[in-house]
Amino acid sequence: MALLDQHLALAEAYKAVREAGADPFNMRFDAVLSPTEARLKGRPVVLLGSNNYLGLTFDEACIDASVEAVQRLGTGTTGSRIANGSFEGHLALEASLARFYGRRHAMVFTTGYQANLGVLSSLVGRGDHLILDADSHASIYDGAKLGSAEVIRFRHNDPDDLYKRLRRLGSAPGERLIVIEGIYSMMGDIAPLREIAAVKREMGAYLLVDEAHSMGVLGERGRGAVEAAGVEADTDFIVGTFSKSLGAIGGYLVSDIENFDVLRVTSRPYMFTASLPPSVIASTSTALARMQAEPGLRARLAHNAQRLFSELNALGFKTGPQPSPIVTAVMPDMATAVTFWNGLLREGVYLNLAVPPATPTNQPLLRSSVSAAHTPQQIDHVVAAFARIGAELGLLLPQAASA
Amino acid sequence: MQTVVTDLTVRQIALATEQVLGKSVQISRETDIARDLEVDSLSLMNIVMELEDAFDLSVPLDRLASVQTVGDLADLLAMLRRGH
Ligand SMILES: Cc1ncc(COP(=O)(O)O)c(C=O)c1O
Repeated sequence: MALLDQHLALAEAYKAVREAGADPFNMRFDAVLSPTEARLKGRPVVLLGSNNYLGLTFDEACIDASVEAVQRLGTGTTGSRIANGSFEGHLALEASLARFYGRRHAMVFTTGYQANLGVLSSLVGRGDHLILDADSHASIYDGAKLGSAEVIRFRHNDPDDLYKRLRRLGSAPGERLIVIEGIYSMMGDIAPLREIAAVKREMGAYLLVDEAHSMGVLGERGRGAVEAAGVEADTDFIVGTFSKSLGAIGGYLVSDIENFDVLRVTSRPYMFTASLPPSVIASTSTALARMQAEPGLRARLAHNAQRLFSELNALGFKTGPQPSPIVTAVMPDMATAVTFWNGLLREGVYLNLAVPPATPTNQPLLRSSVSAAHTPQQIDHVVAAFARIGAELGLLLPQAASA
Repeated sequence: MQTVVTDLTVRQIALATEQVLGKSVQISRETDIARDLEVDSLSLMNIVMELEDAFDLSVPLDRLASVQTVGDLADLLAMLRRGH
């Protein structure tokens, strides 16, 4: 038996997807031209799956700051902050994040994935209880695995179920940490934060919210789902990433908790990996400032999201329950999903094909993420492509198909 | 006595599995959950969620690492019901 034979079933499934057309999990663009456009085999495609919510990847000020930093400070830190020390930019970015959220402390990680690993494995330990939303991102599950707290799941976005599972723990010793996301990355649905905060208050627990997809997206000031729901006082920890609305890479934790800085020497995914290079810190710091100075970006994003959400629903696609920059069409089966995805690519639209078991309901999904930088013409183009392919595959409402 | 309790538990596991997979299943204590029932890790967690409700108890995820057969799962539930 060959070493990788253990993955044979997955390899076969992947092969079947590849043989139906292009390889959705290994796209090679000739060039990326802007936050919303790339060139593929000589033809332009609209980028509709890149989580580039504010379109800041090509922002001139962010690029200038990054170039200046790489020239002045070099290409990398070549080590962890614990061993090699911090650059001024790391500390300044942490101070800016704390100020942005109105919190006492902030800590920057090398990716959002590592932020969840580092935070969840360090905040709670043996004898404590981690209570996770069932649809949590892989990084949350992996963080739970890295630590030694007992892990319980509650039904997705269901505050009554959360209550029930906390009640079941009864008077068992140990702390309780509830972990949820602001916007869920697959269906774009938003956590019922007010109700969850009420359960938290009644049952006595800490609350952590991962705002990976909602920072810079929701809330009057861009402080995320927590700000939009008015539950900042109930939220003990916010985790997020620089890889989506801020257009770079990196993760963070903010909190008011006492003795925060001890996490820097207990969190292995913080201690045992190299810190972010100066160029990334510089573009991220600039993007954070741009995001705060330009609420118009958020308004444009919300407008684009609302448009795509309404138009796909009007055509008869099954989407998530509410508009958000993640607009997902549920596909009836794998063959349809793969055909649809390839059809969209031929029409010059690139989005994410998500397949079970990485999807919440065991159905394949076509996942879009809308950007503030998408033009009305690009959204028109996307909707027309969905309508044409949907009609070919018989997926539209009768009145939409004949329209 | 022990076997009666376990038979009931096996029946509950069958019910929970049918609920999550949306099809009927034939199971015994010897059934291998991943191989015989084609249950992936996500479905297993969802089956456990149904069982937590059926027995009104908590099953921490790390306890599932040693579960391979339906019998293993029934024994784990019995142990947790006794408070271990
Ligand atoms: C909810 C959630 N948390 C964390 C991450 C990890 O972020 P990053 O890709 O920046 O490591 C992601 C995205 O990939 C996510 O969707």
